[in-house]
Amino acid sequence: MDNRNVPPGGTAGQRPTAPLGRALHAHPAAGPSPQCSKSPLQIRALDKFRGKTQVLHGIDLDIAPGERLALLGHNGAGKSTLIKAVLGLIRHEGGSIRICGAAPGSAAARAATAFLPEAVSFHPALTGHEQLALFARLAGEKADIGALLERVGLGEAMHRRIGAYSKGMRQRLGLAQVLLGRPKLALLDEPTSGLDPISRQDLYAIINELAEQGAAVLIASHALTEVEARTDRIAILRKGVKVADDTLAGLSAQAGLPVRLRVQASGAEADRIAVETGGRRINGASVEILCRPQDKMEELRKIVAMGDAVADIDMVPPRLEDLYRHYSGEDRK
Amino acid sequence: MRRAFAIARAEMLILRRNRWLVMATLIMLAFSLALSFAGSAPTGTLGVDMLTVSVASMTTLSVYLAPLLALMMGFDAVAGDRDRGSLALLLAYPAGRAEILLGKLMAHLAALAVAMCIGFGAAGAVAAWFGGAGAESLMALGRLVLTSILLGAVFLVLGYALSALSSGATAAAGLSAGVWLVFVVLYDLGLLGAVVMDSGGVFTQKIFPWVMVANPADAFRLWNVAASESVALSSGMAGAASALPAWAAPLSLLLWPALGFLLACAAFRRVEP
Repeated sequence: MDNRNVPPGGTAGQRPTAPLGRALHAHPAAGPSPQCSKSPLQIRALDKFRGKTQVLHGIDLDIAPGERLALLGHNGAGKSTLIKAVLGLIRHEGGSIRICGAAPGSAAARAATAFLPEAVSFHPALTGHEQLALFARLAGEKADIGALLERVGLGEAMHRRIGAYSKGMRQRLGLAQVLLGRPKLALLDEPTSGLDPISRQDLYAIINELAEQGAAVLIASHALTEVEARTDRIAILRKGVKVADDTLAGLSAQAGLPVRLRVQASGAEADRIAVETGGRRINGASVEILCRPQDKMEELRKIVAMGDAVADIDMVPPRLEDLYRHYSGEDRK
Repeated sequence: MRRAFAIARAEMLILRRNRWLVMATLIMLAFSLALSFAGSAPTGTLGVDMLTVSVASMTTLSVYLAPLLALMMGFDAVAGDRDRGSLALLLAYPAGRAEILLGKLMAHLAALAVAMCIGFGAAGAVAAWFGGAGAESLMALGRLVLTSILLGAVFLVLGYALSALSSGATAAAGLSAGVWLVFVVLYDLGLLGAVVMDSGGVFTQKIFPWVMVANPADAFRLWNVAASESVALSSGMAGAASALPAWAAPLSLLLWPALGFLLACAAFRRVEP
């Protein structure tokens, strides 16, 4: 068994939570179609134009059942456009999109898909309970609305008007509607924007549950440090082109970004260490050395050989932030 | 259809919550009662009962008020959701765009019907109580309520179309005001001008009644007038009504909501949230 569904630190997973399956489904869900068990989302050579400018260039993207994909990119890189094309809200000019084998916007595709828009909003005059009941009726689901709202932490606010909700509460309500009806594909656009750290933990716990139930989850995000540890695969869009699509480890290996060694010198040895290792003095007592991943052990042996001159070593492998900078083109001159 | 009812249910809640239903009913009630009392003077000279006169006054009132109330409810239908940012999510659910509009129409129409029935009904009851009523004038009152709801339906669907076509709720509100002005005021002024210029020629004889009945507001007026001689007498519109076959006004008023709904659906389908 893999451990990808256990959040780091285990905090989110340990929250006492009602089992989703029982709360949500009064009737047995229809069995997944064969296409759904293989590839809930399949995008091939997708082209999209806005007027004369091409905003998506030949995008290929697949998400497997139970897989959590982080879709990264700058503002205007095409993340939201891609999601809207998958939802069938906008037309695309070239290529194909298949959701469980169905065309985007078709009844089958819409029934299989859950969507959380960026900065989700609802009619302020309805209560959370009424709004979710409307969505359940539209989806044809006989869900236990109360239990679902308890699950996302809106138990006490469910009969208050949405107009009185905070941004975080609206986001939770948005998340509750994602959980309606066991989606095969969940598209979450900036799901953690406006959420406090505890709410983020809850959100990722819920995302993990969705994935455990076999949903393919796409998370479009700017919050790199968050998705780093909580997704299985990372795709990066740059100006409508997919420039990376792999696991974090795979991306690191392809990028060949340097490992950062930070050596703390004892006494006044910092200068000598800097000269001998070819590193850079960063403050009075520390030296920073950048080396290729394959040269890492060689460097370490050299440093250890210096004996007492070295007080401490920190080793920092490239983070998603570095990889993102690399792939999204910021450090390409 | 199940989904259209789900939308209608939520819309009805919203209309009740934001006091629309109460406000519309109060407006109808206040104007109907005021007109019924103010218009009760000519009863003796025309030799008809007070309810007939009251219906004639309320017909004139409804020409202005029914389109106004309908447009005020309709302009927000698509543009409001889009401005708020809740339209994309709604459209991601398995409800067709026609189903969504149909659901809103059912709720808005029900709200209008409640306002019309209470407003006209109360004014009619008061008129009947003080000035008497006959079978014919009761029929006229029922016809007034039903045709007012139809007239409301026309401008509800026109409001939806404007709402889908315009760039935002504010623009939709402005367009709605323009449409109201054109259909209810300017159209008739234009026709009047043409008739005066023509001074009893071919246009006035043959074309004018048909151009007039093509406007739903005028069709509403003609239907109510033509169906009841005494109402025609007291509203002075007998001339135009007699120049047209009896089916012309009802056909116009029934065709408009259907065509308007198709137009609204077509406009809504082009919306990219």
